[in-house]
Amino acid sequence: MNELTKRERMAMSRSEMPARPADERNSDFGEVNLGFTAGLAVLEAQRCLMCRRPVCIEGCPVGVQITEFIDLVAAGDFGEAAKVIKRDNSLPAICGRVCPQEDQCEGACVLAKKGKPIAIGALERFVADFEREHDLMHAEPTAIRTGKSVAIVGSGPAGLACATDLAKLGHDVTVFEALHELGGVLSYGIPEFRLPKEIVAAEVEQLELLGVRFVTNAVIGMMDTIDDLLDEEGFDAVFIGVGAGLPRFPNVPGENLIGVYSANEFLTRINLMKAYQVGSDTPIFDVTGKAVAVFGGGNTAMDAIRTSLRLGASTATLVYRRSREEMPARHEEVEHAEEEGVGFQMLTAPLAFLGDNDGFLTGMRLQAMQLGEPDESGRRRPVPVPGAVTTKDVDMVVIAIGNAPNPLLAKTAPDLEHTRWGTLLADATTGRTSKRGVFAGGDIVTGGATVILAMGAGRTAAASIDEFLRTDDWERSVQ
Amino acid sequence: MFTILESRDLAPSIRYLRVAAPKIARRRKAGQFVIVRVDGDGERIPLTIADSDSTEGWIALVVQGVGKTTKAINLLEAGDSLSDVAGPLGMPSRIDEVGTAVVIGGGVGTAIAYPTAVALKEAGNHVISIIGAQTGAQIVLESEMEVACDEVYVTTDDGSVGYHGFVTGKLSELIDEGRQLDLVIAIGPIPMMKAVAEVTRPCAIDTIVSLNPIMVDGTGMCGGCRVVVGDETKFACVDGPEFDAHQVDFDLLERRNRAYATFEHQRDSDMQAAIDLQSAS
Ligand SMILES: Cc1cc2nc3c(=O)[nH]c(=O)nc-3n(C[C@H](O)[C@H](O)[C@H](O)COP(=O)(O)OP(=O)(O)OC[C@H]3O[C@@H](n4cnc5c(N)ncnc54)[C@H](O)[C@@H]3O)c2cc1C
Ligand code: SF4
Ligand code: FES
Repeated sequence: MNELTKRERMAMSRSEMPARPADERNSDFGEVNLGFTAGLAVLEAQRCLMCRRPVCIEGCPVGVQITEFIDLVAAGDFGEAAKVIKRDNSLPAICGRVCPQEDQCEGACVLAKKGKPIAIGALERFVADFEREHDLMHAEPTAIRTGKSVAIVGSGPAGLACATDLAKLGHDVTVFEALHELGGVLSYGIPEFRLPKEIVAAEVEQLELLGVRFVTNAVIGMMDTIDDLLDEEGFDAVFIGVGAGLPRFPNVPGENLIGVYSANEFLTRINLMKAYQVGSDTPIFDVTGKAVAVFGGGNTAMDAIRTSLRLGASTATLVYRRSREEMPARHEEVEHAEEEGVGFQMLTAPLAFLGDNDGFLTGMRLQAMQLGEPDESGRRRPVPVPGAVTTKDVDMVVIAIGNAPNPLLAKTAPDLEHTRWGTLLADATTGRTSKRGVFAGGDIVTGGATVILAMGAGRTAAASIDEFLRTDDWERSVQ
Repeated sequence: MFTILESRDLAPSIRYLRVAAPKIARRRKAGQFVIVRVDGDGERIPLTIADSDSTEGWIALVVQGVGKTTKAINLLEAGDSLSDVAGPLGMPSRIDEVGTAVVIGGGVGTAIAYPTAVALKEAGNHVISIIGAQTGAQIVLESEMEVACDEVYVTTDDGSVGYHGFVTGKLSELIDEGRQLDLVIAIGPIPMMKAVAEVTRPCAIDTIVSLNPIMVDGTGMCGGCRVVVGDETKFACVDGPEFDAHQVDFDLLERRNRAYATFEHQRDSDMQAAIDLQSAS
């Protein structure tokens, strides 16, 4: 298909994702990135060297056939390209937007060394959007019915991916979600400006077309327990994908002042409850013209700080205890945040939050840090610089220093084994837990990770659940 | 959708609703709550389950119309529905056989205290209830409490019915009479619960209060409901809502509950204006 020589392809420059101007987008919640046009997509696809050994695929946690789909894009066959991606990744419109491609496919791409890897993420997004916008997504129930039923607990990427595969295999699938909205972090965590909720809704709709049932307001453990699902409701297997939803606080004085939010609360009020819209019934702290600080360095922290700008904050400062290189956020988010006017205060940790007599936050005491010896994660451990303490005025603070697994379900299922960090014990290659018929995957098993890893875990578990349902053999290991 | 089977006034602006929710009805225990949304754009608010019937598959809620959402709920009639009801949430009340238990309800808190009083009685306790309100017309569930408890005392701030004064006045009387009280459970406005805690503290009577911080998810995911008990931060929706009254930082709770006072005031007056406009036309 691709008529260009290798030399010609190497000479082409990388097509950058078009984005809305920073000073326009930082005051609304419309999507920041505009996506490739068909022309840009073809141009970018033509740049791919079609390596004999495509290392990009090795870099993809779910093994998307990158060369095959890029070849189809280069040929202009976008619909077919979407089908190829979907063989391995059922949520490409989402992954194309939120995957840390620089650590995965694009990081592995041979052209990355020259600083211009193929924009695989942007191509994935383009292809998936093309399919959706041209109404080419046509899920329908599988003709063969196995007569087996599976309950999926949690509707985040792990649960949705697991549901997709099981439904396609002809099992009856019911997804139970605690909240009133489906999608997990995709709905309540990641903001509209990065992942429009209509995309999540479109994916859920496809699952409904596949015949998957969704039950919202179903807090498993409190309403039905895992045992109820298996014994009373008659499900043949259960998949647990409840995420890591328990917010961590830094445990410093003043963290319960009004104006100090966990990222989960702040983002839930905004994304799930639409507190940013005029007339919303859910309140959010009014930051118009005020100073906001967010603590953390991951995607959650970026989402929170960029949200605060959009709510009208006059200054938005991201405070992180290590240095910029160690920030786990996607590079694009960091760049976008900087363009939009976020200030970065690196190597700084909170010591205390200060308030007025009514309990409202007014300031913060900060400790300067320096990098010491590497810790278990291999990153250099931040240690305080003696005496380097400053005080700063601040009106709202968001804590985005990570989540721990929510113990709600664990407390009601004592026969499920957990690690000492509270994550659920499940076999990485099969998703099997310590309890017969119960599988798990996603953040509840790994601790806070990524959308694609959660999806991958959901798919792995789906294969193993299918095997279990067909053989009724719990001991047997699944390849 | 959760259909409302019955809706009636218990007192001015306090309404009793029975809602079809078979799964919740089957599971719930005294002291637990649900998170409710009225409609597609609504906020999520916690409401304690006041009663339930697992065979008929309903739960009962008692709602005081104080803000936009509670006022909207109180306008609903049988046949209408709530878009979301999730639960049961929170830890159930600890129901032990202790001897004599005093259940104190202030205002609509009586409705929340009622299932606990019933459960304590069933567990073999001598149950005394003290139910208070500003005025007689606002006393709710008095006859139900009469059936459930061994002794019932009504108190009103204005003296229109029963004991003239606060619930704490009546409680102090019982203590001063030398009654052996083994457990006190107080549910109502924060100042009332705080005052009860101060009355029972000197004589070291075990005292439990049910806290009502602002909530969002109700599943331990957001931390918006955090309260300080002893020196520890707790999430009321999963660790509570009931806590040891002598350990609770009531002042913090009171301040945090005022976080959105300005917003709520504006929103509620907009809502009232809309209702007025509707009834005028
Ligand atoms: C703000 C934010 C931004 C992020 N940005 C990125 C990004 O850009 N790229 C990326 O790859 N990753 C990102 N992540 C991480 C990623 O979202 C998660 O790793 C991923 O969503 C985990 O998926 P999951 O299915 O395991 O769990 P979740 O998405 O957490 O979903 C779990 C679901 O289970 C429900 N649930 C919990 N308990 C129960 C119960 N007892 N009964 C029923 N339902 C229950 C929850 O309500 C939730 O809907 C981000 C995370 C956050 C918080
Ligand atoms: S490594 Fe890069 S150039 Fe090679 S096939 Fe993959 S995307 Fe194309
Ligand atoms: S209401 Fe969100 S954690 Fe309790």
